[in-house]
Amino acid sequence: MKGAPVVEPAAEPKDAGSWAHPVERLATTVIGAPDDAVTGRRAAGPVQGFGQMWQKTFRVRLDGVQSSRAVMAMWKDEFPTFWPKSAKFYAPLAGIAPGEVALLDMKPIPGSPVRFSTGVLVIYADDESFTFMTPEGHILSAWITFSTYEDGDVTVVQVQALERPSDPIDELGYMLGGNRLNSRFWEETLRTLARHVGTSDPVVETTVVCVDRQRQWRYVRNLRRSATIHSMMRTASAPGRWVAGLVRGRN
Amino acid sequence: MSDPGTRVEVHPTDDPVTSVVAIFGDVTTGSEPALMTAFGKAVDGGARTIVLDFAGLEYMNSGGIGLLVTLLVRAKRQGQRLLAVGLSDHYREIFSLIRLDEAIGIHVDTSAALAASRS
Repeated sequence: MKGAPVVEPAAEPKDAGSWAHPVERLATTVIGAPDDAVTGRRAAGPVQGFGQMWQKTFRVRLDGVQSSRAVMAMWKDEFPTFWPKSAKFYAPLAGIAPGEVALLDMKPIPGSPVRFSTGVLVIYADDESFTFMTPEGHILSAWITFSTYEDGDVTVVQVQALERPSDPIDELGYMLGGNRLNSRFWEETLRTLARHVGTSDPVVETTVVCVDRQRQWRYVRNLRRSATIHSMMRTASAPGRWVAGLVRGRN
Repeated sequence: MSDPGTRVEVHPTDDPVTSVVAIFGDVTTGSEPALMTAFGKAVDGGARTIVLDFAGLEYMNSGGIGLLVTLLVRAKRQGQRLLAVGLSDHYREIFSLIRLDEAIGIHVDTSAALAASRS
């Protein structure tokens, strides 16, 4: 008697474990963040942004011979500690792994009273790189890839962002200095990381290219979810909420 | 630095303004020279619609996705249209995850893409 034909299972792609699975709405496992402005939102990359599209590459070469994979493992584990003080990164419980959602709390202009609550979805992670995608409402619609590689005897650490300001207000802010502040953020992050692994005087090489000068007017309605507007309204109404809290406390 | 794991071929179709760019192996940041050269060859041959055939795709990282977006921007700027065929369920999921399927039309095969390009 002939047996049933044996069907070979399709070979799993080499990158299968590195990519997140699609989700309709984001959800996070972060504990302790002051605000969650991400749960229930969709991820939005540079395809869904409004403003001009920029590709930014920041690189720093590390002194001494270090394994690029070891640097990457350390970077993933200690990622929040390298951020500038104007921003806080709340890592998900499982760390930086595909499908996890981290929360961010940041001051877009250092010293200003306005704070943004937002987050990122980890869309890709392997031993050499990981990539974040922003949620709807974030100032930038972006993919940001963090990678390490060996160039001869030297380990290079790189951040590469492909980003568009999400809506017309964000685009204006980006043109009026946000672009430069954003670059400084990543430059400072890489300098901190490089010093942490023993590079005494790190030099960050920055390349900024506008890859699409066209604005995507069909995404002008991203304004509805703007974290910029929500954060400004929240800041403006803070004194009123403070007084209301005092009154409630007395009653 | 080019990715030696990438191979790209350009094929004409019955439609003189549509070409197929078939991608084999890996798509990473290092695939840029091979992919952009093939794209340029297709456009120089008069193609207004480029069908990216991913049936031979074996590996793609996030750098490869960034490269596809750069290609999309270039095509848009030159008034060309990008379509995708031959995506396995896995890569179709990735296109959905990163919402690239909102910008690049996905079709089952080249004949379906050709029909769409004529519409």
